[in-house]
Amino acid sequence: MKQLMLGNAAAARGLYEAGVAVVSSYPGTPSTEITEELAKFDEVYSEWAPNEKVAMEVAFGASLAGKRSFCGMKHVGLNVAADPLFTVSYTGVNGGMVIAVADDAGMHSSQNEQDSRHYARSAKLPMLEPSDSGEAYAFAKKAYEISEQFDCPVFLKMCTRVAHSQSIVEPHERVEAPAKPYEKNIAKYVMTPANAIRRHPHVEERMAKLAEFAETSELNRVEAGSDHGMGIITSSTSYQYVKEVCGDRFPVLKLGMVWPLPEKKIRAFAASVDKLIVVEELDSFIETYVRELGLAVTGKELFPLLGEFSQNLVAEKLGVPVHTGKALDENIPPRPPAMCAGCPHRGLFYTLSKNKCTVLGDIGCYTLGAAAPLNAIEMTLCMGASVSSIHGYNKALGAESEHKTVAVIGDSTFMHSGMTGLANIAYNQSNSTVIILDNSITGMTGHQQNPTTGYNIKGDPAGKIDLEALCRAMGFARVRVVDPYDLDACDKAVREELAADEPSVIISRRPCALLKYVKHSAPLRVSADECVGCKGCMKIGCPAISFQDGKARVDETLCVGCGVCAQLCRFGALQSTAKEG
Amino acid sequence: METKNIMIVGVGGQGSLLASKLLGHLLLGQGYDVKVSEVHGMSQRGGSVVTYVRYGDKVASPVIDRGEADYIVSFELLEAARWMGYLKPGGQIVTSTQRIDPMPVITGAAQYPENLVEKMRAAGAKVDALDCLALAEQAGSSKATNIVLMGRLSHYFDLPEEAWQKSLEAMVPAKFLDLNRKAFELGKNA
Repeated sequence: MKQLMLGNAAAARGLYEAGVAVVSSYPGTPSTEITEELAKFDEVYSEWAPNEKVAMEVAFGASLAGKRSFCGMKHVGLNVAADPLFTVSYTGVNGGMVIAVADDAGMHSSQNEQDSRHYARSAKLPMLEPSDSGEAYAFAKKAYEISEQFDCPVFLKMCTRVAHSQSIVEPHERVEAPAKPYEKNIAKYVMTPANAIRRHPHVEERMAKLAEFAETSELNRVEAGSDHGMGIITSSTSYQYVKEVCGDRFPVLKLGMVWPLPEKKIRAFAASVDKLIVVEELDSFIETYVRELGLAVTGKELFPLLGEFSQNLVAEKLGVPVHTGKALDENIPPRPPAMCAGCPHRGLFYTLSKNKCTVLGDIGCYTLGAAAPLNAIEMTLCMGASVSSIHGYNKALGAESEHKTVAVIGDSTFMHSGMTGLANIAYNQSNSTVIILDNSITGMTGHQQNPTTGYNIKGDPAGKIDLEALCRAMGFARVRVVDPYDLDACDKAVREELAADEPSVIISRRPCALLKYVKHSAPLRVSADECVGCKGCMKIGCPAISFQDGKARVDETLCVGCGVCAQLCRFGALQSTAKEG
Repeated sequence: METKNIMIVGVGGQGSLLASKLLGHLLLGQGYDVKVSEVHGMSQRGGSVVTYVRYGDKVASPVIDRGEADYIVSFELLEAARWMGYLKPGGQIVTSTQRIDPMPVITGAAQYPENLVEKMRAAGAKVDALDCLALAEQAGSSKATNIVLMGRLSHYFDLPEEAWQKSLEAMVPAKFLDLNRKAFELGKNA
């Protein structure tokens, strides 16, 4: 039966129907739901791995064993997994292996907008790029066929608008893929220089064969147009914008496989139109290839390298009518994301801000600690960089920075890439203070379990890494746990650990306020008699507290009664609404 | 049929995903091609969020652009004002009068504009404004604001009542169905 499906759910459905057996991923917007959806199928083994490199190696292991496997990640996750990626390209696979990578043009929830298509070209692997849920479903299935036919992993490249848009899909039954027997093959799977030298020619031959496949595959199709004054080569969501504004007017070469590209098909298409245009988000990838063929083409001189496209943008650049609306002539204040009411990170960041600490940050909800009014975080780069870079920062500045600088990193991010940085601090001995913000979940991506939570992807009990024991085992003598709702305790811990003349770890521990099992206290209310309007409670930037008619006001539908604001009120004006007795 | 566009705007965490799921189910059931585009991740944390619902004979783009929305359904007044430029000339805004201060207003860096409904009307927009939060609480839960809005939106659609009710049944957990039916009615008849 036809149904509306999120692009990520459709990809998951396609992988499932193709018989995927083993799934290992690390969450990352906009890729997360592919793996979450796969975890709902009992026939599939699914897991959250500590990071994308581990996930890809797990998927490779399952492929080696002869089963169809999958790993999914966001664009920056592929950087983490790049090491196995480039060499899996040499070994090839046994069971089919599909790698989903989801780009985030416009950076809805990312630290950069790199274009993952370059990985397909540089690692010499095929990449399929769906333009809606129906194609995400069909291409996921097709990817396994290609993987096994050409002996290589296959990319399924998503982007935010394909991953997080719903369109119509007609699902079918799962077909179990017959397991391929594992056969010992040292020359194929042991990438010593001698063997790798002999594998590299296979890689080049494979790409030549895949380029031939691209010429005839239905993945790349020409859609006829009535006006040959212009012809458009496009893929992914850009294709949808082109169809939205041009309909069937201009011929379109719609690419479902963006690497390798079909040279003959492109040449023939170019010859059939007066002017050749490439419409693609982010980098000039298809356009660069077309230029290398010596063809005249217009692309990035017309279309931006930055951000997402939309139908109006494409219409304007192609010279077709653009829709206009009438905005309100009014100063509308922005509404940036903020830490939630009751967020356990707030009390800790207030403490760091109050103590004028230099805070090196990391990737997660707590990156919002950089926003006003806390303005606490001064650096965010990539997963784990807080822990590694505080060591470099302190080695550069010595005692001058050691007693006022901290690194903050979430529990999941610490498991992902923080442990190796911590090992470096322990080994090369900088007097650094690392704060693990343990909210007992992977928050930003929507509550995924991780190795510190004690539960697996299905919510069943699993192994649980003891953060205190881990840090002690690495050689940290000073490891302490603090409740971020207790401002005095936070202040004491931060001051003492910064003052200490040895490296230390503070674990700021309290579960995310949005977790279903977390019991909230009654909301607070401002007693108008006591409130003097000093705005002391507003220093923490809680979305539940506003200021009206000279007094603070608590939105009782948002407040979860964490009580952090009450600790800042010197007049006792913030009072619980819980009935006494 | 030419593609129709509904934008659902609000503040992250207000329940716009359920509203778009309901509309998706409803419109698919009417035999339309439907696309729904959502926002996940960081902007959901109390930020300005927008969901696009498009339906017609054949829908290409998953998003709605400036000057294209037939309806803007808003959970919060400032958000209706923010996205007004996306309304098609002659389009309809259906908004809750709820006010949620954004962080720049909380910190004192910006002011929350006054009289937004009047200003939007003066600028030529058709605005249907109602206190959805109060109606949701009357129905039994402040969380039913989204369904109050859907009830109000149903007013503007030439669709049989049972189609809406069927989608409500399909999308809302059974134990909250009565509450949500009431919220829908209150919105519809407000």
